[in-house]
Amino acid sequence: MFHRESGVFKTSYAADMALYPLPIARWTVAAFAGLFIVIVPVICSDYPISILNLILIAIVGALGLNILVGYTGQISIGTGAFMSVGAYTAANLVTRLGAPFWLALPAGGLMAAFVGAIVGIPSLRIKGIYLAIATLAAQLIIEWTINHVQWISGGVQASVMIPRPSVFGVKLVSERQIYFFLLFFVVLALAATLNLVRSRVGRAFIAIRDQDIAAEIIGIDIFRYKLYAFAISSFFAGVTGVLESYYLGIANYEQFQIDVSIDYLAMVIIGGLGSVLGSVLGAIFVTLLPIATRLFLESFGGLFFSNANLLNVIPNLRLVIFGGLIIFFLVVEPEGLNRLWRNIRNYFRVWPFSY
Amino acid sequence: MTKLSRSMLTLAAGVAAGLAYAGPAAAEDKELLIGDQCDRTGATQIVGTVLCPAEQDYYRLVNSRGGIDGWMVRGDEIDNGYKVPEGIEAYERQKQMGALLMTLYGTPQTVALNQRLEQDHMPTTSPGFGISAAADGTRFPYLFPVAATYWSQGAAAVKFAKDQLGGDLKGKKIAYIYYDNPAGKEPISIIEALQKTEGFDMRSFAVPPPGVELGAQIIDVTQRYRPDFIIMHLFGRSPSVALKGLKGAGFPLKKVVGLVWASAEADIMAAGGWSVAEGYNTLQFAGAGDDYPVRQEIKGMYKKDGKDPPKEMDDTVIYNRGLLQAAVQVQALTNALKISGGQKPTTEQVKAGMEQIHDFTLGGLVPPLQITATDHEGGGWVRVFQVHDGKFVAATDWIQAYRDVVENQVKTAE
Repeated sequence: MFHRESGVFKTSYAADMALYPLPIARWTVAAFAGLFIVIVPVICSDYPISILNLILIAIVGALGLNILVGYTGQISIGTGAFMSVGAYTAANLVTRLGAPFWLALPAGGLMAAFVGAIVGIPSLRIKGIYLAIATLAAQLIIEWTINHVQWISGGVQASVMIPRPSVFGVKLVSERQIYFFLLFFVVLALAATLNLVRSRVGRAFIAIRDQDIAAEIIGIDIFRYKLYAFAISSFFAGVTGVLESYYLGIANYEQFQIDVSIDYLAMVIIGGLGSVLGSVLGAIFVTLLPIATRLFLESFGGLFFSNANLLNVIPNLRLVIFGGLIIFFLVVEPEGLNRLWRNIRNYFRVWPFSY
Repeated sequence: MTKLSRSMLTLAAGVAAGLAYAGPAAAEDKELLIGDQCDRTGATQIVGTVLCPAEQDYYRLVNSRGGIDGWMVRGDEIDNGYKVPEGIEAYERQKQMGALLMTLYGTPQTVALNQRLEQDHMPTTSPGFGISAAADGTRFPYLFPVAATYWSQGAAAVKFAKDQLGGDLKGKKIAYIYYDNPAGKEPISIIEALQKTEGFDMRSFAVPPPGVELGAQIIDVTQRYRPDFIIMHLFGRSPSVALKGLKGAGFPLKKVVGLVWASAEADIMAAGGWSVAEGYNTLQFAGAGDDYPVRQEIKGMYKKDGKDPPKEMDDTVIYNRGLLQAAVQVQALTNALKISGGQKPTTEQVKAGMEQIHDFTLGGLVPPLQITATDHEGGGWVRVFQVHDGKFVAATDWIQAYRDVVENQVKTAE
C-alpha cells in the first residue's frame, strides 16, 4: 500500500547482503532509531524511562535465549543462573580490581559463556524436556554455589554493590543517562543477532533445530555448534546480568532465581521462537503487561469495586489478566507475537487487493 | 485471520487510548503521599495480605481524626509480587507521584533500591527485613530498618535462651535452624560471636527453600544433636512444618524461640492449631494481641460505618506490624511538619522527622524506639510472646540484648 517491493534492483553484492534491502524498511529502522534516541528521552519523564530501561535489559536477555531456544531448538531454564554468573563476575572485577565497564561487561559475558558451554555439554545426548531438566539443575547448582561460596558472593547477604558505570569520565547517574547506556548495548545485541542468524553459524543452528541428523549428514559438527549456541546465548545472558547489576547498583543472587528464567522463557515463547523481532516484542509484552494491566485496573476498577477492595483486587486480578492474555495471544497465534505482526503486515502489503 | 488482526488492532488502539487517559494520579494539595510496596500475591503473601490492609486502616484512622494538622495522608500501595523489576518500577512511579517517604517490601528489593534512595534523598523504612548493617544511619542515611534487624533478633533470641536456661549458657547446646537464603544466614555471625563470650555450643541446620520438608533436619536436631534450646529462623510455610515436626519428635516447644517471620497466627494455625503449638516462643517487633487502644479505635471506625471489623484484624501479629509501619511513617510526617513550620515538608525534612522519633509507643504496640541520626534501628527492641491458652501472651517486657556486640558488628560490617 505505502510502498512497492517491485523495482528494487540489486546491482552489487553489498546491496544483496544488506540487512534491509527495501527502502521502506530502512526508513522504518531510521524512524525507530530517531524515536528512541531523540524523541523518547526528550518527552519522557523518569518514570517511563525507568520502565523502558527494564525493557531494554529484558530485550538483551530474550535475544540471547532466543538464539538457543528459538534458533537452535535447545530448551534452557538456566537463563537466570547465567545472568547471575555474569553479574557476580563483573561485580567482583569492579569492586576488587576497579575494572571499568568496558572490561567488566565483556568479562561477565565471557564467564557466563564459559559456564554456559559446560552446562551445554549434556545437550549432545539429551534433548527436549530432558535437556530442560538438566539446565534446571544447572540453575539450582549455580544458585546454591553463589549463595554459599562467600569468595564469589562477598558475604552472607550474597550481594555486591557496584558503582554506576563511567563513560568518558562521566558517571551515569540519572535514568536518562543509563537509558542511553542500555540502548547502546541493545542496538549492539540486535545487530549482532540479526547478523549471526544469517551467518554460517546461524544457519548451522537452524539446521540443527530443524533436523539434527540431517544436519550432521550435511557436515555440521553438531557438538561444536550446540556448544556455540549455549556459549553465545549465555554470553548474552551474562551481559544482561551485568547490565541489570549496573542499573540496580548491586549484584544480588535473589534477582536471578528460577522465576527469572521462566520469565525469559515466557518472553521468547510469547514473542515468537526463532525471530529477533519476536524477542523484542516478547520482552516488551512480559515487562509491560503487568504494569499496563495495573494502570488499567486502577483507572477503571473503581467502577466495579469499592476502594478498600480494589487494593486487594488489583494485584490478584492482574495475575489473572496477565495469564489470560498470554493464553489469548497464544491461542490466536501459537507462533507468537512476531507471527501475529507478520500476518497483519502481509494483509496490508497487498491491501486493498486481497488476492 | 485478517478480520481477527483488524479487531486486534482496534483492541490495541483502545487499550493505548485508555492508558494515555489513565496514568498515575499525582499528589494533591494538602495531601502527604506515602509510597508503600506490598506483597499480596508473591512468595510471602501470607504477610502482605494482612500487613497492607492494616496500613490503609491506619491512614484512614488518621484522616478520620482530621489528618496531621489538616494534612491528609494517602498511602499509595503497589504490589511488587516479591519481584525486583516490579519493585523498581513501583519505586520510580511513587517517586514521580511525589511520595515523601516509602516503605519497601522484601530484602532483595530493599538491597536493589538502596543506591537510588541516596541518589533521590528518599527516606525509606524496611521493618523486619533488608540489610542489618542499615541500622547505621551514617552509612545508610536514607534507610530506616525501624524494627529490630536480624542481628538484634539473633542477639535477643540468645538472651532469651539464656534467661530460660537459668541465666547461664556455659556448656549448653543451642540449635539454629534457618532458611537457606541470605536473610536466614544473617543472624549466624551474631550468634557465633556470642558463642565465644557466653561459652555455649551452637550448631546450625540449613533448610533449603521452599522449606516444606524438614524431616531430616528435625531428626538431626532432636535425635542426634539434642540441644537445650532451639532458635528458629524460617519463612513462609516452613515454620509451621518445623513446629509440627518438633512437636511430633517430642521436643518441648517451651525451649523453642522463633524469629519474627516464624511467629504469626497463620503459622500456629498451619501447624495444627493453638494446642499443638502450646508453649512456643515468638519474637515480635510489634505487640501481638488485641489489647491496644489503636485497634479498638479502628474497630470503632468500622463500627461507625456500620461494618464489622475486617477479618485481617484477627491475624494480630502481622496486622499490628502494619499498624507499626504506618504509625512510624505518620509520626515521621508529624515531626517533619513541625520542622517545616506547617509547609509541605521535603523528603529531607521527613528524614529529619524520622530521626526524631522517640517515646512513641502507641499504647504499648510500638516498642520504646529511640531513632537518631546514627541509629536508624531505634534500639533493636523485641518482645517475646508465648503461645498460651489459644493466644499470644507476653513472656517478657520489651528487651534489647547484647547491644555492644550488635553495634560492633554494625560498625565493622562491609
